[in-house]
This record gives sequence, C-alpha cells and structure tokens, in this order.
Amino acid sequence: MLEIKKISKDFGGVKAVNNCSFKVEPNTITALIGPNGAGKSTLFNLISSVIKSDTGKIFFDKKDITNLPPEKVSNAGISRLFQKARLFENLTVEDNLLLALDHTDTKFWFNLFCKTPKQTDKIQKVEKMLDMLGMKKTKNMFAKDLSYGQKRLIELGRTILNPHSFLMLDEPVAGVTPELRDKIANILIELKNQGETILLIEHDMNFTLGIADRVIVLDQGSVLIEGTPKQIKNNKQVLKAYLGE
Amino acid sequence: MLSAYIIHLLILIGIYLILCLSLQLALGYTGLLNLGHIAFYAIGAYTSALLTLSGVPFIVSFLMAGIVSALFGYLLAFSTNKLKGDYLALATLGFTFVIYAIALNWTDLTNGALGLAGIPKPDLGILQIKSNAFYLFFVSITAVFSYLIINKIVKSPFGKVLEAIRDDELAVRILGKNTFKIKNYSLAVSAFFAGIAGSLYAHYITFIDPSSFGFMQIIPILSIVIIGGIASLRGTVLATFVLVLLPEPLRFIGFPSSVVGPVRQIIYALMLLLILMYRPKGFYGKVSLE
Ligand SMILES: Nc1ncnc2c1ncn2[C@@H]1O[C@H](COP(=O)(O)OP(=O)(O)OP(=O)(O)O)[C@@H](O)[C@H]1O
Ligand SMILES: [Mg+2]
Repeated sequence: MLEIKKISKDFGGVKAVNNCSFKVEPNTITALIGPNGAGKSTLFNLISSVIKSDTGKIFFDKKDITNLPPEKVSNAGISRLFQKARLFENLTVEDNLLLALDHTDTKFWFNLFCKTPKQTDKIQKVEKMLDMLGMKKTKNMFAKDLSYGQKRLIELGRTILNPHSFLMLDEPVAGVTPELRDKIANILIELKNQGETILLIEHDMNFTLGIADRVIVLDQGSVLIEGTPKQIKNNKQVLKAYLGE
Repeated sequence: MLSAYIIHLLILIGIYLILCLSLQLALGYTGLLNLGHIAFYAIGAYTSALLTLSGVPFIVSFLMAGIVSALFGYLLAFSTNKLKGDYLALATLGFTFVIYAIALNWTDLTNGALGLAGIPKPDLGILQIKSNAFYLFFVSITAVFSYLIINKIVKSPFGKVLEAIRDDELAVRILGKNTFKIKNYSLAVSAFFAGIAGSLYAHYITFIDPSSFGFMQIIPILSIVIIGGIASLRGTVLATFVLVLLPEPLRFIGFPSSVVGPVRQIIYALMLLLILMYRPKGFYGKVSLE
C-alpha cells in the first residue's frame, strides 16, 4: 500500500531521517515506534509532503507521491493526524468536521450563487462520528473551548472523516485519559475490521503493542528492526535504543 | 446646511462601509494581512474616472472599476502566494507604493499630481444622479448589496474554508483543499469591492489625485476592521459609523480643517490602542488578535 524507499531528510546537519525504507501492507495496523527525536514525525511530514525530502521516493498504491503538494497527497487517499493540535480554533466542532468531508466548499461561484445546499447528509455523517466519539454535546462549541483530550478526539474524527484509503496517526493517545485511550483503541480496531489501513506513531507501548499487527522501530532516522509486537517486545536492541546504553 | 452635511457624512460612511467590509473578507475571514487595500481603491477610482472621462457610460465604468481591481487582486494574491503574516503585509504595502507611484508618474494616463478633474456625476441613462441625496441613495444600495454578497460568502461553506485557512492553512491543505486558489478568490473579491468603493468616491468628489491614495489611508480602514472585530461584519458596520462620526464634533468646536485631519489620525490610533488593551476582540469579534 505504502512504500518508502531510501528516504532522507537533513535539518542543517541533523539527519532526522536517514536512508529509511519500509512498507505498509493493506488492511493492517502498523506501528512506528522509537525514542524521542528518532524521526517519526519527520517521516510523517515527508509522506504527507509537509516538508520536501532530500533523496528517496515514496510510493502510494504504486503511484509516486514524493514531494507532491500536500493537498494532492491528501487527495491521493492519505489522511493524517498531526502530533500537535491543529483544529480550526475559531470554528465550531461541527464546522471542523464538515470541512473534512468533501471539497464542494472550495467552489467559489457555486457557493456564491447557489442557495446554500442543504447539508443534511453531511451533517448526519458528522453527527454519527460525534456519536461514535461520544462527543455529541460539543457539536456547537468552538474548538478553542474544548479540553485537550476533547480536541484530540475531534481531530481524530476529522482525520477519519477526511476521505482516504490510508490513515496516518501521530500519537493519537498522548496525554489523554486511560478511558479515552481504550476508546480510541477500540475505534482503531473497528476501523481495521472495516478494511482500513493505519500507520500509527505511539509511545504508549501497551496501547501500541495491543493493537498493532506489525511494528517498525525507528532509531536515528532509520529502521532499526521490524516485526510482530511479540518479537519487538523481547528484543534487546529495542530496549537499548530506548534506554540508551 | 445641516442636512447637506449629514448627507455628505452618510455618503462617506457608505463608501467606507464597502471598503471596510471588503477588507474584513480578506483580513478578518481569510487571515491575509493585506495592507494594499488602498491600492485597489485607487485602481477602482482611476479606472472609473478614466473610462467615464473618455465617454464610457457610468454603469460600465463602475463595474469595470470592480473588475479591474479584482484582476489586480488576483494577481497580487498569485504573486504573494508563498508569503505569510508580516511578509505578506510588507509585500501588499509595497503594492500600495507601486500603484501610488504609477498614479503620480504616469502622467499621460493619470495626469500625475494634478489629478483628474471634472469626473462626471453618474448618468444611468434614464436616471441622472445630480443631487447628493440621490447619490446617497445609490451609495446605500451599493453598500447594502456589498454587505449581502460578502455576508453570503462568509456564511456559506466557502466562508468556513476561508476561516479555516486563517486558523491553520496547512491543516486545510492536509484535508486536500487547494488553498492557493481559495486565497486568490478571497483577495479578488475583496479587491472588487474596494474598486467599486473607489469608483463611488471618484464620482462623488469628481476629482481624484494620488494624495487620496497614500499608504497612510489604510490606517482608518484597518482601525475600523480591528475595532469592529475580526470576522464580524456586524462589528465592521458599527465601527464604520462610530469611527467616521467620532472626529466630526471637532469641526463644531471650531477646529480648522487642517487640524481635523491629523487629530482624526490620533483619535483612530488611540481607539485602536484602547481596544487592543481592553477588548482585544473588538466590538463583536470572536477571534482575538494574536
Ligand atoms: N523543522 C525542523 N527543523 C529542524 N530540525 C527538526 C525539524 N523537525 C524535526 N527536527 C529534528 O529532527 C529530529 C527528529 O524529529 P522528529 O520530530 O521527527 O522526532 P520524533 O521521532 O517524532 O520524536 P517525538 O517522539 O519526540 O515526537 C529531531 O532531532 C528534531 O529536533
Ligand atoms: Mg513526533
């Protein structure tokens, strides 16, 4: 589904991602783990083209998507959650989610001259998502008035609603309560059962190893090792990378 | 004549309303820190004046003022696409200087510092707008129309995309939307209405010269947008009335008009400062200035 080939990114001498290669198979949850600064988020940024790679190629569904504009990567079918909150703070929760559904809202003349199209079916989709997240009561709240955990959930909802065939989630459960964590785990497993493919960055080992089919360990910008959660759990190299010497 | 004076003030308010509402679209709703709004106003004023002076019917010139400004708005957005925040502000301010310099130096076209005199009052074929009361009527209709259009845009889903771009452009792109195109539209529409306001100004005063379009002219407009509140059309309307009328009593206390101008600037600056200190969201804004 996704294939990374020898990708590198240098930030003024810091090799954030260094000759990194791996594949993600369809209908799996693949976890990308590794110590702080290993280059996980940078890798996400390279895939979604938020930053441009120095060398290497990225293929999605056999198509070369290396360094396309971010909106083209998105429209190729990749939906992504950032590590840091990126909701539209001054819009309501509902509007935040509606924006993700399709692009009729970008058509200027249509929006100017046509009677604002009834968005009932879209609103239904949004309400269904809010229901699944247990966030119905926040529908008309401004995003900036939400708590951190609520923001994370809404952002996750927005990422899932954005049409895609591939989900990339950067630390979806960092800093959320244990109950919420279980809820998100269930949502992700449910999505996989519906046929979705998910690439996940997460520090919480219990969470990650609990839901992942495959684990890729990143250290200093390259793949250290990959395998099943079981293999990774007992691997000495992984422990060393995490704990230092 | 008090009523003539009030009509004059209302005409000015109408023109300012169009100018400020359209700046609100680009600045408040889309987050484009556009300091070049006066340039679009100037382009509209000159386009309309030059066209009518060479015999083109008023209504055509009036619309062309908007269209030519919109084209410039599109071009400006196109060429400053990569710029954000302060850099965009500087680039658009630079655009004001360029347009000002053209108005001043391309004397064959603009008559330079001497300006264009004898700009005809609007002639709508069957209707000739000679009296100021009638002009006020025309300005009011245009202002209401502008309000309705801009309101329709900001309330539509397209308007939500604009606000999303203001809050976090990258996140909008990650949702798969081409923000470049959207910002071009926003600035073009904003410029369209500024151009129309320029035309209304030119045909009201019947004389324009570059001094009406210096970069300092952005200050009252920007003040109104900020004081009314970012992303609030209601606030913009209220602030336009308040800020245009506020300095007026000075005239009655007997200040000479040469003093009224600078004092007005000071009043605006003070108002702006007070608002930023005590009410950073303006009259009705929901977005605080960062
Ligand atoms: N825009 C940037 N400019 C300069 N250096 C950067 C930039 N982004 C990341 N880096 C550096 O690249 C390295 C990898 O960062 P990255 O954010 O990818 O790590 P990470 O694995 O996501 O870590 P964490 O688990 O803390 O989120 C770090 O040394 C970081 O300081
Ligand atoms: Mg990270």
